[in-house]
Amino acid sequence: MKFFEKLMSIDRRVIFLFVGVALIVPLFLDIEQTIEITPEVQTLYDAFMELPPGSKVLMAFDYDPPSAPELQPQAITGLRLCFDRNLKVIIIGLWPMGPMQANLALETVFSEENYFDKEPIYGVDYVNLGYSPGNELVIQRMGSSIPATFPRDFRGTSIEEIPLMRGIVNFSNFDYVFNLSAGYPGTVEWVQFAVDRFHARMGAANTAVQAPLVYPYIGTGQLTGLSGGMKGAAEFEKLTGFIGKGTKFMLSQSFAHMIVVFFIIIGNLAYFVTRGREEKKTG
Amino acid sequence: MRRQIPVVITFIVGSVLIISVFIPHKPFGQLGENFSVYFDIIAVFAFILGAGNLLRVHGNRIYKKHKDWPYSVVTVAGFTVMMIAGLFKIGGSPGITGDLTEPGSMFEDLYMYVFTPLMATMFALLAFYVASASHRAFRAKNKEATVLLLAAFVILLGRTPFGVELTSWLPDPLSFLEIPNLASWIMSVPNMAGQRAIMVGIALGVIAMALRVILGVERTYLGADSE
Repeated sequence: MKFFEKLMSIDRRVIFLFVGVALIVPLFLDIEQTIEITPEVQTLYDAFMELPPGSKVLMAFDYDPPSAPELQPQAITGLRLCFDRNLKVIIIGLWPMGPMQANLALETVFSEENYFDKEPIYGVDYVNLGYSPGNELVIQRMGSSIPATFPRDFRGTSIEEIPLMRGIVNFSNFDYVFNLSAGYPGTVEWVQFAVDRFHARMGAANTAVQAPLVYPYIGTGQLTGLSGGMKGAAEFEKLTGFIGKGTKFMLSQSFAHMIVVFFIIIGNLAYFVTRGREEKKTG
Repeated sequence: MRRQIPVVITFIVGSVLIISVFIPHKPFGQLGENFSVYFDIIAVFAFILGAGNLLRVHGNRIYKKHKDWPYSVVTVAGFTVMMIAGLFKIGGSPGITGDLTEPGSMFEDLYMYVFTPLMATMFALLAFYVASASHRAFRAKNKEATVLLLAAFVILLGRTPFGVELTSWLPDPLSFLEIPNLASWIMSVPNMAGQRAIMVGIALGVIAMALRVILGVERTYLGADSE
């Protein structure tokens, strides 16, 4: 077999090996990266910064562990930013595993010793209301009555006994909605119901795959900002100054992207050379 | 009768939900709320039905020793252990009335150390398959494929610090040609235009389909014997 024909049909295990090395090795490297801030992430950050202390932020965790590498760093950064600015956080999930991911993010945030002047108190500074089935219907019901939609928190405590939830009836009592989404139900449904119907102000963090789908909502102003994928996570971390896994994993992702680009180039090069030869043969 | 009653229920619920969006006052607003609460009630039965069906299907496979039946054993065991850990809140204090996700509870440990790594592993495999598939299938065979390939190139590079470095030497008047700026343009102009077209198309399709269902023209959701 000729060289270029061999290049056209490289054993997939060779490609897997390259990708594996590209993903693992950067985890042990400490290379400074140039992370440019995109307008979508800047406006997301600005929206948080415009909120006065004490504002109530609804954070919807609509993802599960497979999407955690991309979304967990954004959740952690969002929570840190809220606590740092003394914003009150109300957590819910339209995905069954969302509230668990929220708890993991909170654990990470609180594991940093002496980070906050005053450690946030459960029920006063933040609360996890858990998961409610019903997809977009949950958002619709929240527009009428949040206590009726979430009568108890994730720990089983009645919502009436939670100081933070006093006076919260519907979306008009939230100053901002931050949705972390990996698919359905997610940002699209939050825009359609919470933003369009109940006029909530909202920003979102999405997986890289989903982000292009919600770009139209930025153009129309329905989303104040969008942080997409690992790149968005790294940008969000850079803006907030809380450098975490988003920035660290970005290096691995960058190397993996380069490997994909490399294999696409050699695949196309081999394709054109072999096609040229075939055309010559056939005259 | 078996077919007519569901069609009537669908018509009433669908119509009220549509009207309640435009007239969110009594009685439509309240009815719309109630109908969405009924979803919860139906969902509870669906959960029970789903769990029962999972046990029935996999139990049957194990009993009859179908091909790959050991996987069914793993499925049933995983389902049972997770359900018991969640329902009885094993390991948490003070037991069954305690917090499901309390650190140290069996449910939390299973979620953290079994479920999360397993799901993350499955998803991580995609990176390897995407690289392999890109090499094999991403070829500039015609004009359309070439445009797609170039767009993918710019987005892939624009999403990395390497992409920033590659074209950072360009002078200011040509800064629009820098890869991150090109990537940003692709996302916010051609991508947004395409997505809008898709969204409008989907919305029109959903409206047409919803009307067909509400008016009883579309009855496939009733099952195979629904004429």
